[in-house]
Amino acid sequence: MKAIQNWQPMLKVRNARKTFNPHTPNEVRALQGVNLELGPGKFLIVLGGNGSGKSTTLNAVAGSFFVDDGSIHIDGKDVTRWREDQRASLIGRVFQNPFSGTAPNMSIAENVALAALRGQPRGFGFALNRTMREEIRARVRGLNMGLEDRLDNMIGSLSGGQRQALTLLMATWVKPKLLLLDEHTAALDPKTADKVIHLTEQVISQGKLTALMVTHSMQQAVNLGDRIIMMHKGNIVRDFQGAEKRRLRVEDLLDQFEDIRRMEQLDESASEMLQETYI
Amino acid sequence: MNALIGAYTQGCMLALFALGIYITFRIFNFPDITGEGSYVFGGAITAVLIVAGYNPILATLAGFTAGMASGFCTGLLHVKFGINSLISGILVMTALYSINLDTMGKSNVSMGDNATLLTYAERAVMGDPAVTPRTRENDFVDVLGWRPKKNDLIHLAAIFALVAALTAVTYWFFRTNMGTAMRATGDNDQMIRALGVNTGNMIIFGTALSNGFIGLSGSLFVQHSGFADVQMGMGMVVSGLASVIVGEALVGSRSLGLTLVGAIMGSVLYKLVVSLVLSMGMPPNDLKLVSAVFVFTALVLPGFITKWRRGRTASAPTPGAAPARA
Ligand SMILES: Nc1ncnc2c1ncn2[C@@H]1O[C@H](COP(=O)(O)OP(=O)(O)OP(=O)(O)O)[C@@H](O)[C@H]1O
Ligand SMILES: [Mg+2]
Repeated sequence: MKAIQNWQPMLKVRNARKTFNPHTPNEVRALQGVNLELGPGKFLIVLGGNGSGKSTTLNAVAGSFFVDDGSIHIDGKDVTRWREDQRASLIGRVFQNPFSGTAPNMSIAENVALAALRGQPRGFGFALNRTMREEIRARVRGLNMGLEDRLDNMIGSLSGGQRQALTLLMATWVKPKLLLLDEHTAALDPKTADKVIHLTEQVISQGKLTALMVTHSMQQAVNLGDRIIMMHKGNIVRDFQGAEKRRLRVEDLLDQFEDIRRMEQLDESASEMLQETYI
Repeated sequence: MNALIGAYTQGCMLALFALGIYITFRIFNFPDITGEGSYVFGGAITAVLIVAGYNPILATLAGFTAGMASGFCTGLLHVKFGINSLISGILVMTALYSINLDTMGKSNVSMGDNATLLTYAERAVMGDPAVTPRTRENDFVDVLGWRPKKNDLIHLAAIFALVAALTAVTYWFFRTNMGTAMRATGDNDQMIRALGVNTGNMIIFGTALSNGFIGLSGSLFVQHSGFADVQMGMGMVVSGLASVIVGEALVGSRSLGLTLVGAIMGSVLYKLVVSLVLSMGMPPNDLKLVSAVFVFTALVLPGFITKWRRGRTASAPTPGAAPARA
């Protein structure tokens, strides 16, 4: 325990609990007292097996639902009872599914213009005035995907990678206090995934953003970020920061998973599944 | 030939209804059938106010407001109480039946000789009848040997102008920051919530706006036909939907402006076809059956055709029925 912190955490999750379908046969204790503090400008990688509660943690922070117990502070504000759309003023998000982050039947320009007003009241001014268009064109050009010439095309006509890149641009257009990335490259082919990861790294370091990224890729976990947590059954079971995180290699992470597996005495088939998922 | 002008006029009034349907069914993906009641409500309020001697402009605005209030209730039931969208509409529609009877005090109100919005339009063009009495001479206009009634033409022009203006305003609105957020609510609510928009409020506003147009449509219909009837909303949602579908078939659904214009063209064409088949001897009683079959066909056909093209193995969604949401 640190006695004194000279920074205020950008994100503070205290004893967060969430049970889905309580008191039914389908009861799932997705979060079982999660505690997490993340300093400003830190880039956190979240690892864990399927169903360990990674997405649920991010969703709890974003306000997709209210936690049953515990509290969530972002940038010193207690947002525990804020609705999702209210928290959006503090949070930028990119989802796993490329379809989730953009409106398919609206143009690229319209989508970005919507994001440019994240967390602000929306009035009766034209969404796409000339200055906005020019700014959108300039920043979309920065993605290096040739999309700047297709601003009036429907997003639905874009590839998954293009959509994720745009969603990333949209999520960070207004600088968020927190950037939440939930396996945002999982649905992409390896080459496109690399491109989007590269972009992510660039956006986060340039904007000095505080970010949480869920991934299943040990390689990404090792290469990116300055802290790694591992989740298991709704708890954070490992936390590597600073020099320790920098020393970690893929094999070390796999050993950690092996440890967790042994502790839980999972059977062989589950172990095989883990191996399959992580290697 | 006067029947033709009548069909155009009916089509323009239906276009307002179609505009409302377009907003809920297409923009919000919300199957709202409140219109069956809010159409009558808008008309009933207008009729009662006009009979009571109120200014027809005020009475028309009241019709619009009555429609909005109805849609507001539907949106509220859906958003705040989590009731299924279709059921919310049915509840409000059912409640409105009683409210409409209460409003009118009976099932049918005739407006007699009271001035309506359309009388205002006549006066604006032809002058006050007290000053310039109508004669047989200036009762008709000569259009290349065709002599339609001047009144009918004025009514058509006035209603068309109103519909065109409202369509333009709608087009403008859906391109504002607020309007694009509403469209995004229908397109991907998860995304727009993550961008800080209260989607519930958007839906409530959307159903209110939609039914405002529908109430206005009812208000105009009543002023044009000279009476309000508690049954006049029956089957209107299907007609409105048919108009939207015809419009989409005419101009496609690529851009917002086109679809709005398409809805108007679809409504007019729909009414023209209706008046045509009626004049060819189809019993009026079968009209609603035919409309329903038409909408059914339009909903099912596109999916059926794709399925048929892809062969028997592929299962295709029906694009018209429920646009898949990501
Ligand atoms: N909305 C929900 N309703 C019911 N159960 C849920 C819901 N969301 C998550 N769960 C359950 O909560 C548990 C944790 O899910 P979560 O999505 O957080 O896992 P995850 O760590 O993100 O896994 P994955 O790697 O597969 O994405 C799972 O058992 C899941 O089935
Ligand atoms: Mg997940």
